[in-house]
Amino acid sequence: METDLDEIELDLFIEAMRRRHGYDLGQYARASLKRRVQGLVRQHGLDHIGALTARVLRDTAFLPQVVEGLSVPVSEMFRDPFVFSALRTQVFPTLASYPSINIWQAGCAHGEEVYSLAILLEEAGLYERCQIYATDFSDAALARAREGIFPAREARAASLRYQQAGGGMTLADYYHARYDLVKLDAALRRNVVFANHNLATDGVFCEAHLILCRNVLIYFNNALQNRALALFADSLVRGGFLCLGTKENLSTAPVAGNFAAVDRAARIFRAMRPT
Amino acid sequence: MELVAIGCSTGGLQALQTLLGGLAPCPRTAFVAVLHTASASVDLLCQLLARESPMPVMEAEERMPVRPGVLQLAPPGYHLLIGRDRHFALTVDPKVCFVRPSIDVLFESAADAYRANMAGVILTGANEDGALGLCCVRRHGGAALVQDPEEAESPAMPRAALATAGADHCLPLAAIAIELNRMCLS
Repeated sequence: METDLDEIELDLFIEAMRRRHGYDLGQYARASLKRRVQGLVRQHGLDHIGALTARVLRDTAFLPQVVEGLSVPVSEMFRDPFVFSALRTQVFPTLASYPSINIWQAGCAHGEEVYSLAILLEEAGLYERCQIYATDFSDAALARAREGIFPAREARAASLRYQQAGGGMTLADYYHARYDLVKLDAALRRNVVFANHNLATDGVFCEAHLILCRNVLIYFNNALQNRALALFADSLVRGGFLCLGTKENLSTAPVAGNFAAVDRAARIFRAMRPT
Repeated sequence: MELVAIGCSTGGLQALQTLLGGLAPCPRTAFVAVLHTASASVDLLCQLLARESPMPVMEAEERMPVRPGVLQLAPPGYHLLIGRDRHFALTVDPKVCFVRPSIDVLFESAADAYRANMAGVILTGANEDGALGLCCVRRHGGAALVQDPEEAESPAMPRAALATAGADHCLPLAAIAIELNRMCLS
């Protein structure tokens, strides 16, 4: 009984977010959305989802906290080093053939992957030619990403992953440590534009040679996943690359036929012309 | 019994092998396990477990259905959830009890989806993950089985589960297998 009440309350919360604030959460994977919403309820000391809905309807200043709680971006620099290694060896050589390179990091969270990629592009001598669009639907996440400040306790493990990814220097060359924080070199973002973009509602905005969207689609239901993948297919130049999270499945999506696997384990695909 | 969800940590590989060795094939019941491991290779774990298992062992994949008659394992680095549509979902949400995948996360989502038609099983482990998840399973009417801490290589996890959630059965592995066979085949 209590469980069914939860479901009704979750539906009403989704409806409130859509009608009051224009966020379409109905297309998120239900199980993980429910867990995050229940997390917000606990975090704000509320008794149930209904109380969260009431607050989100009336208290506009509360919305950013809710959006941040629902996006809970969790990543780390050079997460899955073998993926960055594969980008370096299997994607960069093709990117090098373009006079200018557009890269879209969709769902950039706090920017961990953007900075990771920027470092490798720098070392490959490609950075000057790159325009990197780092997008997220959370303004709070974008603000954090622009700062490029990360906990120092993560730096040691990140340095190791950077080496495993084939980094040519040491990671410490790219940041300044201060107390328990490290701040990444601002030069790494000189060609990065951080912008709000919602994969659920916004459209194509660039012609990309490489799109990275890792561990974002796992939060979407099939319909929204398919929308995002169609958006990527429309945004990529012919032969452009798409890099997904290592446990994400393209196989069930209608646009699967538009992509050919370059490196299956690293989830790197290439856009083909639709047949 | 539609689902048996199993959680284990330190000593878990061996315990799971022993448990699987005592199970009869249960074509109508899905088995899903979270095993905390330093190994990044879920393929290797599947191979090691398949040797002792009466059912196929494979990785749980996002968006794919929970399959009866199969043991599916959470991949390392991701929380594994089961939705009411009986499909898997993965997240990279923050660690719970310092781990990802977390047993609590699997059990809480599974309890919401399967209610009384599931059993939660907590085996050996050195942390307290799974205790709150097992509470959730019991609250929704599911069965709770906990490995006898006396037998467990690492008793902290079964002890925490017993203290926080209690259990319908607290048994050695061989007896848990018999109890699961009874639940799944009756």
